[in-house]
Amino acid sequence: MNDARSNILKRLKEAGPGLPETAEQTPVPLARWSPAQRIERFSQRMESVRAEVHIVPDNGWIDLLKELVSEKGIGTLLYSPPTEYGSAIGAAWGTSDGPLRTLTGEIEEWQEQLFSDIDAALTSTHAAIAETGTLVLWPDSAEPRTFSLVPPIHIALLKAERIFDTFADLVAREQWQNGLPTNALLISGPSKSADIEQTLAYGVHGPVELIVLVLTEA
Amino acid sequence: MQQSVEFRGRSREALGNEQIRSNFRQAMDGLMSKRKASFPDQDELRRLRLRAAEIRANALLKLPELLERLEQRCHENGIQVHWAESTAEANAIVLGIMQRHDARLLIKGKSMVSEEMELNHYLEAHGIECLESDLGEYILQLAGEPPSHIVAPAIHKSRQQIAQLFRQKFPDIPYSEDVDTLTRSARTILRRKFNQAPVGLSGVNFAVAETGTICLVENEGNGRMCTTVPPVHIAVTGIEKVVEHLADIPPLLSLLPRSATGQHITTYFNMISSPRKPGERDGPQEVHLVLLDNGRSRIYQDQELIQTLRCIRCGACMNHCPVYARIGGHAYGTTIPGPIGSILEPQKAGLDRLGDLPTASTLCGACAEVCPVKIPIPDLLNRLRFERVRSDGDNLTPGQGSQRHGWEPTVWRAWSWLHAHPLVYRLGTRIASRLRWLQPRRLGNWSRVRSTPRVASRTLHELAAKNGFNDE
Amino acid sequence: MSPSDRYPERPQRVYFFGTCLIDLLYPEAGLAGMQLIRREGVEVLYPRDQTCCGQPAWNSGYRDEARSVAMRQIGCFPQPYPIVVPSGSCAGMMRHQYPRLFQGSPEQETALAFAARIFELTEFLVHVLKIDLQDLGAPVEVALHVSCAARRELQVADEHRVLLQQLEGVTLLEQQRAEECCGFGGTFAVKHPEISAAMVEEKCNAVVATGATRLVSGDCGCLMNINGHAQHRNEALQGQHIASFLWERTNAAER
Repeated sequence: MNDARSNILKRLKEAGPGLPETAEQTPVPLARWSPAQRIERFSQRMESVRAEVHIVPDNGWIDLLKELVSEKGIGTLLYSPPTEYGSAIGAAWGTSDGPLRTLTGEIEEWQEQLFSDIDAALTSTHAAIAETGTLVLWPDSAEPRTFSLVPPIHIALLKAERIFDTFADLVAREQWQNGLPTNALLISGPSKSADIEQTLAYGVHGPVELIVLVLTEA
Repeated sequence: MQQSVEFRGRSREALGNEQIRSNFRQAMDGLMSKRKASFPDQDELRRLRLRAAEIRANALLKLPELLERLEQRCHENGIQVHWAESTAEANAIVLGIMQRHDARLLIKGKSMVSEEMELNHYLEAHGIECLESDLGEYILQLAGEPPSHIVAPAIHKSRQQIAQLFRQKFPDIPYSEDVDTLTRSARTILRRKFNQAPVGLSGVNFAVAETGTICLVENEGNGRMCTTVPPVHIAVTGIEKVVEHLADIPPLLSLLPRSATGQHITTYFNMISSPRKPGERDGPQEVHLVLLDNGRSRIYQDQELIQTLRCIRCGACMNHCPVYARIGGHAYGTTIPGPIGSILEPQKAGLDRLGDLPTASTLCGACAEVCPVKIPIPDLLNRLRFERVRSDGDNLTPGQGSQRHGWEPTVWRAWSWLHAHPLVYRLGTRIASRLRWLQPRRLGNWSRVRSTPRVASRTLHELAAKNGFNDE
Repeated sequence: MSPSDRYPERPQRVYFFGTCLIDLLYPEAGLAGMQLIRREGVEVLYPRDQTCCGQPAWNSGYRDEARSVAMRQIGCFPQPYPIVVPSGSCAGMMRHQYPRLFQGSPEQETALAFAARIFELTEFLVHVLKIDLQDLGAPVEVALHVSCAARRELQVADEHRVLLQQLEGVTLLEQQRAEECCGFGGTFAVKHPEISAAMVEEKCNAVVATGATRLVSGDCGCLMNINGHAQHRNEALQGQHIASFLWERTNAAER
């Protein structure tokens, strides 16, 4: 299809759109909040799209997680041991694994299990955005992309200090243009659709429930 | 493919369909008020729109350069880039990829470009099953209908109609008109397919040249499924969707969902920069990006009409269009309906075939008022009205001058002559006012629903002189 | 552009462009507009050679035909006085579309200078004359329809309201979807009569639902459409150009 490529580029270049250069960049003031306001804004926005938000000291989240697992009747909870939180979770149910499940190897080996046997998956998060109530995930080899997508419940751990004011601020501060992961994801609530009569229905293809544990310093 | 010669017939039919009219009216009223509520700060909105228009104008200005950079970055990231001049070429590219993988099932996320390509039809003719996974698109695929709105494709259907459709297609599932139950049924059916499909296809909302990143905006998660679970992902896009910088994305993302549905952000914003890397444990092993021209580079050559290509497909123009609200999307007979469709589609398919569309507007300006990238849609409609009847063409817009026929040009010449000859005009209007008793009682279609306006007994020219308002 | 940049000091003399629709069908609206301005102590000139702004041809794609008509109008207003137009639609044409119509032609500069002198009647009364109306009429409830050109192209919807709000006896009743087009759109109504009919029907419903028996608008085109439909339906609604309405309520001789 090299012909197509050169023909298209040739037409575009010949046209030389003759538009005036638009060096102008209208400034758009970005919202700014204090750390406490960020947590509040984030939680309020998340809850408005039916996500569940728990603000919990970083020494208390394991207990909360166990409570949630039993409260929601989560039979199988997927997590990844080689992560910051992995060992704490692995030890949470004592000597028995309880509901905990892990998956090793590549998706071809566990796709079937992920689709049919996992009630909930727990992942960490890269950051969050207060303005829109958004989680930012940079899935990696420890926590693959499908973990936050396929199981009916997604539990996300978020450090409060990783909440940024706006998406623009996050991209600028971390200089995302210098290196993006295979997949960067913004997640704002559980999966939903309004395709039938503009009526919101949750859990269309992705998780039916999104639970965020915001970890604050104890 | 698109026959809009019958626009008038179809719009008449839609106007007569109470169900369609009330479905659209309600839906559009809802979308308009949600959009309004999502922009409480008018100054922010003003600045965002200016910024977004600048971003898109800049991207078009540098389009060839940005496409090359995008290709280069994608290549470095391991994404395979394909170029297609026509929809036929794009279809062949997709088919080739499918055949190379011996794939018989394609699972699709929402993509207006794939609608433009009529990809499903094409692949099915080659023995490949295509399955739409966006809930609205899935419903329409079951019904065998095209979308009637670019963001909410099944907006013309009531839940009862959808329930009937499910009963007919899946007699084993208990009948329900409950939205949650219907949604759950679709989830169950489609999950099995996501788990099996060898190839997933998506559209592209933005392609970032700087980083070689494909961005997808969605709520349901089917877009993530299509781009994550199958071993092969194909993204199809028009060449105009590229932006220069990653920093261009936040302002566009801030405007797109709010303009479209009044949501502050969609559930998912999915940024894909490469296939599965060594050590990574999921994601497709191959990612393909198909860049489709199909007339866009021709539109690009006109300094005014190029603005058509700024569009980010939010649908706000149709949500706010009083014509669209009454006739719905199907009446247009094009992939993209509503005001943006009425400027874009005739430029692609030709004014000879879609020459009616630029006239299907009162030029009320509601579309331009809400367009997040400030496309002057009424100006471009006006321009295409010129193109459809112009006699001295530059042969850039297909079908130029094709609607110049019958009495119309003569009538306008006479009209122009009369109004450019003040003496004749004054004499004529004076005679009309004196002979107003001769005025016809009915004026064609006008008088079918309106009283006929009456010529006054004296013209303003006469009254002005009589009341001492002088010539100079 | 802020209003102070856009609007000149009160001039001694203005031109009035009456529009073809008013000339033939609603001359009393044009006369009322001129009388309102004259009462404020400004001399009003009405050039006899004016005909039509050219909008019908322009919006139908017949640019050459529109241009020759527009050129004649420009020639009718040789002095640098402001030109007041009692119609958002025609004022929009002359102020915003003439520069496009003459773009790249030898008359471009002339057209630009001409366009800058165009003022829609309500904005002229409010911002240039800073008019202060004394209502002499009996209490009345009215609905207002602002044309799409007045609302969006010229952005003078507020000016219409300001004028009506100056009238003590007038209560403005709000309608549903006030900002929606009434469906006339020039040749649109000829090419797509059914869509136009559906639009005017709903517009008329919304106006009638307010309970107002009077409808005021700054554009006779919209009035001809909405009021015409109301008459066709035998509604009690009575449409009137805002200039006639203001003049009738504030002029002692009319009482």
